[in-house]
Amino acid sequence: MTRIGMLADRRRVLAGAAAAAATLAAPAVLRAQGGALKVGVLLPRSGYEAGIGQDCQRGANIAPAILKSMGLPDLTLMNGDTESNVDTARARAEQLINEGAQLLIGAFDSGQSTAIAQVAEQKGIPFVINIAAAPPITEQGYKFVFRNFPTAPMILGDAFADQKEIFAITGAAPKSVVFMHVNDTYGTSMAKGIGAVMPKFDMPYTIAEEIAYDPAARDLSVEVAKAKATGADALLVVSRLNDAMLLTRELVKQRWTPQAILSMGPGWYEDQYFKTLGKLSDGPISFVPWYDPHKKLTPVLEAALAKADPGVNLNTNHVFTFEALLIAADAYKRAGSTDPKALADALRTTNITDNVSIGPGIAFDAKGQNDKVKDGGIQNRGGKIVTLAPKEAANAKPEWPLPSYLSRG
Amino acid sequence: MPLEVYLNVAIGGILTGLVYGLMALGLSVIFGVVRVVNFAHGEMMTIAMYIAVLLSSGFHLDPLILLIPIAAVLFVFGYALQTSLINPFITRPEYVQFLLLVALAIIITNTLLIIFGPDARSVQTLYALESFQVGAMIIDAAKVYAAAAAIVFAAALFAFFRLTLVGKAIRACADNHTGALVVGLDVKRLYALTFGLGAACVGAAGTMLVLIIDVTPMLGPSYTLLAFVIVITGGLGSMPGALVGGVLIGVTEALAGLLFTPSAKSMFAFGILVLVLLFRPQGILGKRQT
Repeated sequence: MTRIGMLADRRRVLAGAAAAAATLAAPAVLRAQGGALKVGVLLPRSGYEAGIGQDCQRGANIAPAILKSMGLPDLTLMNGDTESNVDTARARAEQLINEGAQLLIGAFDSGQSTAIAQVAEQKGIPFVINIAAAPPITEQGYKFVFRNFPTAPMILGDAFADQKEIFAITGAAPKSVVFMHVNDTYGTSMAKGIGAVMPKFDMPYTIAEEIAYDPAARDLSVEVAKAKATGADALLVVSRLNDAMLLTRELVKQRWTPQAILSMGPGWYEDQYFKTLGKLSDGPISFVPWYDPHKKLTPVLEAALAKADPGVNLNTNHVFTFEALLIAADAYKRAGSTDPKALADALRTTNITDNVSIGPGIAFDAKGQNDKVKDGGIQNRGGKIVTLAPKEAANAKPEWPLPSYLSRG
Repeated sequence: MPLEVYLNVAIGGILTGLVYGLMALGLSVIFGVVRVVNFAHGEMMTIAMYIAVLLSSGFHLDPLILLIPIAAVLFVFGYALQTSLINPFITRPEYVQFLLLVALAIIITNTLLIIFGPDARSVQTLYALESFQVGAMIIDAAKVYAAAAAIVFAAALFAFFRLTLVGKAIRACADNHTGALVVGLDVKRLYALTFGLGAACVGAAGTMLVLIIDVTPMLGPSYTLLAFVIVITGGLGSMPGALVGGVLIGVTEALAGLLFTPSAKSMFAFGILVLVLLFRPQGILGKRQT
């Protein structure tokens, strides 16, 4: 081999290496035209939110087959665990994008969703939020972030409206409530929101006392004793799963059955609550973003979930994770491309009426927020959940007052 | 607020505090004799709680019946731990012992997380949701049984240290390590026995605590911290001090929750600790070191 030949070979090798490097470094999205849309599903599958993250995953797992049956394009799910941690959520979002994700969904938690939204906006990859209620996420002027979940003020406003609807049906209402809430970010922001929103609804009750407690509390006997001593008619709660179970046990032990338990957060309608407490789980009314039992897609989702996870009741986590994928598939079909800008443009013009959640459907405002999605008032009955309000989604009358805990056998 | 509400809450605090006291007693016994601070104490209690949940759900056995068997299992675990892992570290600097036991705590927590997952687990007993009505007061039945068992177990441990030859030999080791060696006591074996007894205490406490609270793998660190607060308040190395500290912290947390805000309960417990450290550094029943 001559000297010149060696140089030429080196140049060729260098050019080849540069071309290969450029190909590898180019955003994976440009290489993945056509075929299934690669969707990064970011959820807290481990850590303190693991139970809910894994529940959301159930909604994601049943989605591709249902969407295909609806004539929507194939989706390839790329799962990422946020480990219930904001920094990990950010890192996983970057990792999934680098591995070729063309759209992201997630992440159940407002803090984690905020971090993912920043990454998505920076990288120019559309992000559809399944569950997160903090208002600022869609107030940043982001172009690639879309949320199909009500903000905290929307949840609270609907909750008070639904309560008044239920009180009108029953012809009874508590005169005073004791407000118990976890003192984490979610609980305290909801407490502040209740203070701001409640006066606008002219509720029939007053808050006799507000009791904040540690989300990691193992024993809520003092809290319940204090609540009982106020003599309030009903309990208004913002809790999570474990404390919902602790509160119920303490109500039984301290022989106090309030007129109603009105929950404005998770915990009281979740499967583990039913499984752990059996007959004691009946009666609480929760006000949460929920599914409309009358929509035609709802039984399809229920059947798919029953087949995939027997004994699991359809809930918020499944519905909104499924709908995030529905939105993604619908946008991909209309965009006809995996180009992120085309996908984002398609997302902005979303108008889905054949959905599952309560409300007229899914459409995003200029900020990327679905302002049409509604809360439901739901009640636990015999291990199942019925919808009491709003009336267009109701499939049962309220059971009022709460049946005594001492007479449940 | 009616008086019975205060009494109810105070009694609940005393009952829970007695179980806390038994847990802290194990830490105090181990430190008092072996001079090793068990930073995996809460995690060892979590192991006992999971054993209680498994046996209770698998064989429908009441945790009160499981108290002695689980304490025995934890005794063997503690004995083996001391002989195999901790004895070689006895003469090493304290920070090395600290790292060893913190590492052990992390391993226990993550092993439990792998095996049982993150969800809370509980035992189902016939009296889990029962309460006793005494006048206007309503007292949680499970707490009464758990506290009674804790008192019996602690009394048995006191008797062991006071009345048996082995107990006296362990106390001799605690009083004068060199003297114990001179008179021919097998100090390493006595250390292992002591660590086993401390682990048995925490095993019994865990079995009782599962009647009151649900168990998760992440429970350990907060109870290790609680055990430290109790033994430092009661007097490090003092057995009665651990029980007194447990009751004091239990009642303080309960009444602080009632009188102020429940979310600040722990703040008051730590407040007691700060006051003790300021005004009686040896603890309420601890001896001042010369």
